[in-house]
Amino acid sequence: MAILEKTELALNAAGRMVPEMVNGHPQIPYAGVGKYQPRGNKAAPPIRTAADYPENGDKRVADLETALRKCGLRDGMVISSHHHLRDGDRVALLALEAAARIGVKDLTWFPSASFPSQKSAIELMASGVIDHIEGSMNGPLGDYCTQGKMRGMGVLRSHGGRWQAIQDGEVHIDIAVIAAPTADPFGNCDGSHGKSACGSLGFALADSIYADHVIVVTDTLVPFPCVPWQIQGNNVDYVVTIDSIGDPAKIVSGTTQITRSPDRLRIAQLVALFLRDAGIMRNGFSFQAGAGGIALAFVGYLKQMMKEAGVTARFVRGGSTKYLVELLEDGLTDYILDGQTFDLSGVQSMANHPRHVATSPFTSYNYHGKGNFASLVDAVVLGATEVDANFNANVVTHSDGRLLHGIGGWQNCLAAGCTILAVPSFRDRIPVIVDQVTTLCGPGELIDVVVTERGIAINPCRQDLMNAVKGSKLPIRPLQEIKAEVERICGGKPQRPNRGDRPVAIVKWVDGTVLDSVWQAG
Amino acid sequence: MSVEIETQAKHAGEAGHCGAEIRSDVQVRIEPRERGGIEIELESRVKPYYGDAILRQTEEVLEALGVGHAHVAIHDEGALPFVIAARLEAAARRAGLGEGTRVLPDRVWLPEPSLRDRMRRSRLYVPGNEPKYFINAGLHGADSIILDLEDSVHPNEKDAARLLVRNALRAVDFLQCERMVRINQLPLGLEDLEEVVPECPDLILIPKVETSKQIIAVSQKITEIKADYGITRPVWLMPIIESALGIEKAYEIAIASKDIVALTIGLEDYTADLGVAKTPTGAESLFARQRIVNAAHAAGVQAIDSVFGDVGDLDGLRAWGLNSRAMGFEGMGCVHPLQIEVIHQAFAPTPAEIEKAQKIVAAYQEAQQKGLGVVSLGSKMIDAPVVQRALKLMTRAQAMGLLA
Repeated sequence: MAILEKTELALNAAGRMVPEMVNGHPQIPYAGVGKYQPRGNKAAPPIRTAADYPENGDKRVADLETALRKCGLRDGMVISSHHHLRDGDRVALLALEAAARIGVKDLTWFPSASFPSQKSAIELMASGVIDHIEGSMNGPLGDYCTQGKMRGMGVLRSHGGRWQAIQDGEVHIDIAVIAAPTADPFGNCDGSHGKSACGSLGFALADSIYADHVIVVTDTLVPFPCVPWQIQGNNVDYVVTIDSIGDPAKIVSGTTQITRSPDRLRIAQLVALFLRDAGIMRNGFSFQAGAGGIALAFVGYLKQMMKEAGVTARFVRGGSTKYLVELLEDGLTDYILDGQTFDLSGVQSMANHPRHVATSPFTSYNYHGKGNFASLVDAVVLGATEVDANFNANVVTHSDGRLLHGIGGWQNCLAAGCTILAVPSFRDRIPVIVDQVTTLCGPGELIDVVVTERGIAINPCRQDLMNAVKGSKLPIRPLQEIKAEVERICGGKPQRPNRGDRPVAIVKWVDGTVLDSVWQAG
Repeated sequence: MSVEIETQAKHAGEAGHCGAEIRSDVQVRIEPRERGGIEIELESRVKPYYGDAILRQTEEVLEALGVGHAHVAIHDEGALPFVIAARLEAAARRAGLGEGTRVLPDRVWLPEPSLRDRMRRSRLYVPGNEPKYFINAGLHGADSIILDLEDSVHPNEKDAARLLVRNALRAVDFLQCERMVRINQLPLGLEDLEEVVPECPDLILIPKVETSKQIIAVSQKITEIKADYGITRPVWLMPIIESALGIEKAYEIAIASKDIVALTIGLEDYTADLGVAKTPTGAESLFARQRIVNAAHAAGVQAIDSVFGDVGDLDGLRAWGLNSRAMGFEGMGCVHPLQIEVIHQAFAPTPAEIEKAQKIVAAYQEAQQKGLGVVSLGSKMIDAPVVQRALKLMTRAQAMGLLA
């Protein structure tokens, strides 16, 4: 079924076997944190002339198919899309289906992430319209890839890694399709207003700058100028208007619910207590929260502690939700730096509050640049599917090897001053603390603390943190000890599921080197 | 022909739960047969990780039960080994197999016996037939955990639940929590005792108590079982009074056994008995709760209040708790971990009370040093019971971590 050639494997600096050639491009195996030195210049799109574009600035065409044709869509091209409309997105599939109607084949789809609602891309892969996906895959798309049915190899990158790949010319985007909640006929567009508002459009920024051709698709056209404009129309070729770019109910949730699970809340509370007792919570500090689960729930406990101590944060990063917005409105943080907006409260706050600012993967996460915001953050709270006794972590597969999540900003966030993984020590009877992670996504030297319901483990290489919490009442324990307890409770070590012998996808590190392979399974 | 029909007439036994919304449990169906050994059909959420372990465990358990030939269908939703063992044993018994043999999991560790008047501010109810609540129950910091065999267990599941609770007492680490079991009303409760008392629970809650005879029956049964198993550590008793008659007899009940350490009330059944509505402020049960407090103190045992059922109303819970303490209760029941912290705060001595107690204790110690027979604070004489109360309050405050 799949036409994967036998591929040569190399051992990288993390002890993982990784392919040396992926989809026809030679790869560099991971060499260690901060070890790989890039060379050369950034990629550059062709020079254009205003002579070739409408003088009246009206770049509208009748439909997506017309736009794709005018962009010169051919076999083998790279088509990109963003995921700010999440599971409510309609545009990416519309573009791919239009490409199918035109009759092209062997396209590479390069989404910033894919969602279950886009599972009909499987048919496009089966019929040969799409050769492979470079971007996160979960649900049915993930299974399709894990089972080895995709023609090309999957490539998983972090948000920052995707920017780096485009910027460095590793991925050359032929046509970028940008779903925009509001746009003007010149192509300026933004995500903070419109009936399908989604907040930031940061994931489409690199595409708009570096792609050969850029198509904006909107359902809310305004006369020039569209202000604010996160995407410049000066980089846009065509504008298409359709009835609806997505389902608002699935783009942003009406309201974010904090988990009510007592077990998860206990972990969240321990996270907040750790931040306080370790002295990380102090005036002018900064932290990053997730969009849900424990990585969001800790904010409620931390907020209470900040109030009691009279502490204000300089900035908080997210995943913005109403919980971060409340911090801003209550004067507990000076700024919100927002990479992705998850609920209506976040969308409205970004539109109205001057200190709720949109960031992009360039400013937040790009590793091949002159620094990035992620390393400026004092503390970040993340999840994981697995952690091993050396603090290495996995976020894309479960222990059965099936693709489950994308990397998102997870890898990029490991650069924070204190990286905290907040996880249950086991889920049902499946240990989360394991001997060796199934897929390596984060090297242990960057992971400082693991907080579980059974105790808090501090990476031995962080003597400073261990000293900081001496005398605290927190349940600090060696990670090995928590692991041993989990194995006793679950009735021994788990079997290792049989791993296939052919890689179906790779996991890139933030610098574009190959950190691990995802092996065929199921 | 008739031989096959006879084989099928021996019925299958089923126990446990499965389904998409079920976690940490397993459904087991054992169909005994004449020949063919043990055949196991396994569906499990954790098959790639523990599939082999589950098969081996099933074979071992069935061998221990003396079952040689059966078809076993297992549908597992991530149940831990002690749960699988309990469900297998229950299914076997329901199929008429095993002759009551017990297959016990390894014991994790047996905590020190609990003291007669340890803190019992919060006692967290855990439904005895839903294993997903067991494994982390001890992590939430309640003073006690109640593994419940009574109202939270369906009448058809009493036999299976008691095996599950028995196994949990052996295999689950409840950390510093007092391990309590609420048995069923008698006579069913006596069967519960037979399974659980050998595993040394710290305390047995006896529901719907109306007479001292009921206490004596339970106490005698426990004494017999302890003698059979050579157990010397105490198994305390806490009667739950849930009817008008029980309230009338409260003192008599409280002194019925020297193993009674606390007295409590069940307000749902009590208000039903009176035929009145249960209100959030409890005016309708005021007399009953005061009677419990009085009888408990007269008998020298702790008075423990009922649960506050509205989990979403933490403000109401706080108000109830503060009022409960002011009436003389030392703790209350708890139906959700999120209630624990609020309850502990409500039952904690205030800073003013601590300061006063500190002064009394200091005066007492000074009097001791000087060899004086009378303790005085300023111009006031402090009676011995007052000193005792102050010492107890300071001990409590210390245990709660309220002293600098």
